[in-house]
Amino acid sequence: MARAVTNRRKTIATAAAWTIGFLIFFPILWTVLTSFKSEADAIASPPKFLFFDWTLENYATVQERSNYFRHFWNSVVISVGSTLIGLAIAIPAAWAMAFVPGKRTKDVLMWMLSTKMLPPVGVLVPIYLIFRDTGLLDTRTGLVIVLTLINLPIIVWMLYTYFKEIPADILEAARMDGASLRSEILYVLTPMAVPGIASTLLLNIILAWNEAFWTLNLTAAKAAPLTAFIASYSSPEGLFYAKLSAASTMAIAPILIMGWFSQKQLVRGLTFGAVK
Amino acid sequence: MATKASRSAARLMISPAVILLLAWMIVPLSLTLYFSTLRYNLLMPGMEEWAGFSNYYYFLTDPAFFDALRNTLVLVGGVLAITIVGGVLLAILLDQPMWGQGVVRVLVIAPFFVMPTVSALVWKNMFMNPVSGLFASLFKTLGLQPFDFLAHAPMFSIILIVSWQWLPFATLILLTAMQSLDSEQLEAAEMDGAPPLKRFWFITLPHLARAITVVILIQTIFLLSVFAEILVTTNGGPGTATTNLTYLVYAQSLLQFDVGGGSAGGVVAIVLANIVAIFLMRMIGKNLDA
Repeated sequence: MARAVTNRRKTIATAAAWTIGFLIFFPILWTVLTSFKSEADAIASPPKFLFFDWTLENYATVQERSNYFRHFWNSVVISVGSTLIGLAIAIPAAWAMAFVPGKRTKDVLMWMLSTKMLPPVGVLVPIYLIFRDTGLLDTRTGLVIVLTLINLPIIVWMLYTYFKEIPADILEAARMDGASLRSEILYVLTPMAVPGIASTLLLNIILAWNEAFWTLNLTAAKAAPLTAFIASYSSPEGLFYAKLSAASTMAIAPILIMGWFSQKQLVRGLTFGAVK
Repeated sequence: MATKASRSAARLMISPAVILLLAWMIVPLSLTLYFSTLRYNLLMPGMEEWAGFSNYYYFLTDPAFFDALRNTLVLVGGVLAITIVGGVLLAILLDQPMWGQGVVRVLVIAPFFVMPTVSALVWKNMFMNPVSGLFASLFKTLGLQPFDFLAHAPMFSIILIVSWQWLPFATLILLTAMQSLDSEQLEAAEMDGAPPLKRFWFITLPHLARAITVVILIQTIFLLSVFAEILVTTNGGPGTATTNLTYLVYAQSLLQFDVGGGSAGGVVAIVLANIVAIFLMRMIGKNLDA
């Protein structure tokens, strides 16, 4: 008896969850489907779901007309570049705070977090003017600098929460055996820290890839990453649904895949370790 | 324990991060403060002059400021209400035993990874367009009049778009919290004959309280700065119907080139964000001790 009830409950839960999951996912699915339609099929009424002439022409057109891959490459350089530089600065800092905590370590961590609370619009004007005067406007270098700085607190925090979980005894044992600081980091800490660093890397590439305040305000045609490039479809050009969809699909696909891999770390990273 | 040498090495390792963040805070912030006291328009270079607090006076008495303040509150409040209520319900649903839980999780979390400009444009054009959007087709099939979402309910539409992006985040965090709930407690309550609603109210909800607080605070930080979604859908309009504080400061400084006024607005935005931040910091700080 009890088993039958459980099974029925399980069936209902499954049906409900799949329906809601499908509805939430639907806009993405619809975008991907539309990217394979002709423009006529894309605005057909009633809408065509699966039975249309599948075509790849939108992808070719988007690339031809606007040199899509330059913007794609801008996104790659900006997100990966800012993340790697951020890691290079944050790893030593997080290591020191996790393993050699001082009296003020907690204050430093909290202060770093507080820089993240600064609304970007509060410093928009000076950053814009500094960039204009130093020739950094519309350059990838400029965006790498800004994104490194805005994501640095998150990187430090994520690494810190991971490093904290590495048992300090092991480090002490290595030190007893006469390991230098350098070899301690290289041979003892690094292998244990790699999973945490990898998650941090992944999450921050995602955040930088999707960042849409600074990328929109500090770039024009040359250094525009995909966020800014897609925004150009807000003009009537956006009414070419199939092309908008093709450009969008390529912009979100790599991040969706990375995101699914990092969903567990996402919780920890975005709540600064407050929820694990 | 930590030797003197390792202590100074530690300081050396922390300092680049600290110095960079310190510069990132102090330089632009003091410039914003400085500009906010100037009459400074980019169209009239060389005409900068001391303006005292007049920029603040004009910004704070501008009717657009009150519209923006109200819109910001409505946007943040609306999205929070939808994502928290939806997130709690979804987390409870996803926590039930079912087939293919992993797949459903992947489907639900997906919108969070879609960049803001893409989600805003996809919703605006392919769903909300009154002529060729999917909603228009749906309404026609149901025998209703197509509805021009962004013209007649612009704020509601933006709330809808932003909620779609943030519902996954709320769900994921609340689901993580749900999974640490001791199921024996719920089973015991069920055996004792407590109805589902009571079990939810007296066991599940108190358990989620902490996670809900975290979601509210973190989302608020991000939602105060919603920008791209507004830029590509309504440009803050019609009128000022969807202009939030972030968009207002952007428009004033980069569209009207009013550096002084925009900076004053920026300072106001910082003050407001800090009020929220204080609560968030206290929350996370407490967790650090635990």
